[in-house]
Amino acid sequence: MTAIALRKPSSDTLVGRALNGLLKSPKATIAAVICLLLLLTALIGPWLAPQDPYDLMQISIMDAKLAPGSESMSGGTYWLGTDGQGRDMLSAMIYGLRTSLAVGLVSGIVALGIGTTLGLMAAYFGGRVDTLIMRLVDLMLGFPTILVALMLLATIGQGVGKVMFALVLVQWALFARAVRSAALIEKSKEYVEAAACLDLSKPRILFGHLLPNCLPPLIVIGTLQVANAISAEATLSFLGIGLPITEPSLGLLIANGYEVLMSGQYWISVYPGLLLVLLVFSINIVGDRLREVLNPRLER
Amino acid sequence: MTVFIIRRLSQSLLVLFLTSIIVFAGIYAIGNPIDILIAGDATPAEREQAIRALGLDRSLIEQYGTFVWNALHGDLGRSFVFNQPSIDLIFNRMPATLELAFVALALSLILGIPLGLWAGLKPGTALDETVMTGSILGFSLPNFWQGMMLIMIFSVWLGWLPSTGRGEVGSVLGIHTSLATWSGLTHLILPAVNLALFNISLVIRLTRSGVRETMPLDFVKFARAKGLSERRIVSVHVLKNILIPIVTVVGVEFGSLVAFAIVTETIFAWPGMGKLLIDSIMRLDRPVVVAYLLVVVTLFIVINFVVDLLYSLLDPRIRLGSAS
Repeated sequence: MTAIALRKPSSDTLVGRALNGLLKSPKATIAAVICLLLLLTALIGPWLAPQDPYDLMQISIMDAKLAPGSESMSGGTYWLGTDGQGRDMLSAMIYGLRTSLAVGLVSGIVALGIGTTLGLMAAYFGGRVDTLIMRLVDLMLGFPTILVALMLLATIGQGVGKVMFALVLVQWALFARAVRSAALIEKSKEYVEAAACLDLSKPRILFGHLLPNCLPPLIVIGTLQVANAISAEATLSFLGIGLPITEPSLGLLIANGYEVLMSGQYWISVYPGLLLVLLVFSINIVGDRLREVLNPRLER
Repeated sequence: MTVFIIRRLSQSLLVLFLTSIIVFAGIYAIGNPIDILIAGDATPAEREQAIRALGLDRSLIEQYGTFVWNALHGDLGRSFVFNQPSIDLIFNRMPATLELAFVALALSLILGIPLGLWAGLKPGTALDETVMTGSILGFSLPNFWQGMMLIMIFSVWLGWLPSTGRGEVGSVLGIHTSLATWSGLTHLILPAVNLALFNISLVIRLTRSGVRETMPLDFVKFARAKGLSERRIVSVHVLKNILIPIVTVVGVEFGSLVAFAIVTETIFAWPGMGKLLIDSIMRLDRPVVVAYLLVVVTLFIVINFVVDLLYSLLDPRIRLGSAS
């Protein structure tokens, strides 16, 4: 961390401004470090986890529902206890983190791509294109995320791909609205006129010239939306209509612990929950700080 | 004003129409409607009969017409599980959900506005920082996990509050509510807190930014120059100005509360329509799912319409803005 701080990122570029702003707030710096650590944990998870919780050879039903710190049959220690099938909670959580992060990041990025394209088109072409896209945006934003996703999944069934589809569907509108309002301001500036005079192709004007100037709100919303997507996926999985049991995310791990919570086996749902909160909270703190630094005019 | 109302009303009808098409397409066109609308254990003869009775042998346009016609008459099919009209089931469960949502809404205002004022009047202090970080935590705590922790702490460990059901329901002025009995009240606390937490955070942030925008304005300086106490300035003049955005957002958020009640009701076994929805999805009781969907969409359209109307009544600038 000190190495970055010493180099003093230049404050002219967008990334420089964002980094500078993050580093000036100790709270945001800690949150960003936690985000990076969690991301790293997810990436190298299989090498880090004490066991592969989904390899039946490695788990033993004899070890089911052991309290944190118990010894396993084979001599190791379950630092965070085991679940009903005798899986090491720590390993299950690392694998769950991978799934949660992957679903959140992928759906966030796809939604960003679709929303940005539609938002730029709405702003640049105006007229009917604008009306059509913005009506759709209003329609989407008129209903809460969780309700739309729930309805969709209740109709089309569950699965990783379907959950991601639902999350993209409920998120793109936010990006589209933000990009459109930023692009509307940029559109009237001279460089866009100049680009049009040079007879550059429409995609090139949109993505090469308009888009780079609309980035600040996108970065902020993108960050916050990844947190929202992770949270939404966890909620859907908890309700039993998100991810299938074969690909457990943190939400599903928590759901597994729900039934035994009343009988005092708190660790099965408490620890995955704490990890989930840590993840979402850290991302939100970073996003909140980025909003202050880059200061795009956002609601809320 | 009349033009505004008519335009919003026609927009609302359009949304409802679109929703009915999407729902129809979701249930009837994608997948086999026979599997969805007829119980799995039906004999071939029963299936034949049901297909004719439901009109599934006719064209899609005709089917859609029948679907809308029946829906307009309040007939959204019968629940397989309860064997009664699904719309009745929804309406029976609705009061419990609305009660939960209203109490959560009240909680978020009662706690959120003072905390937001407090933070906004002392920007940059440790207090402000704590309240704001707390509100981010409020956004970040997944609703369902936070509910489970409430149960673990207050029901399992401390044993202070019940964790499931609605308790005894009393009656006040002909309205059946849990608020009327002690048992009902204790059952209501945990679910209401669970549902309210997100909105408490939202109201805190809205109030704080409202205060920070309003405090430097001239009328506040004028009130100070007039010698009014700081307390009066804040509680009367500033508050009045920041209430408009809060009322609007909170109005819209009421819809979210009804939606998020699905999660809360599932955790606390609260007998509302959200729990009914999840149970019906699990039991593949499709008619109830369809009925819930249409009822909630209608509810949302009504809420959004009323909020827009209220907003333009409270703040004429909005109405002019939308007309231009």
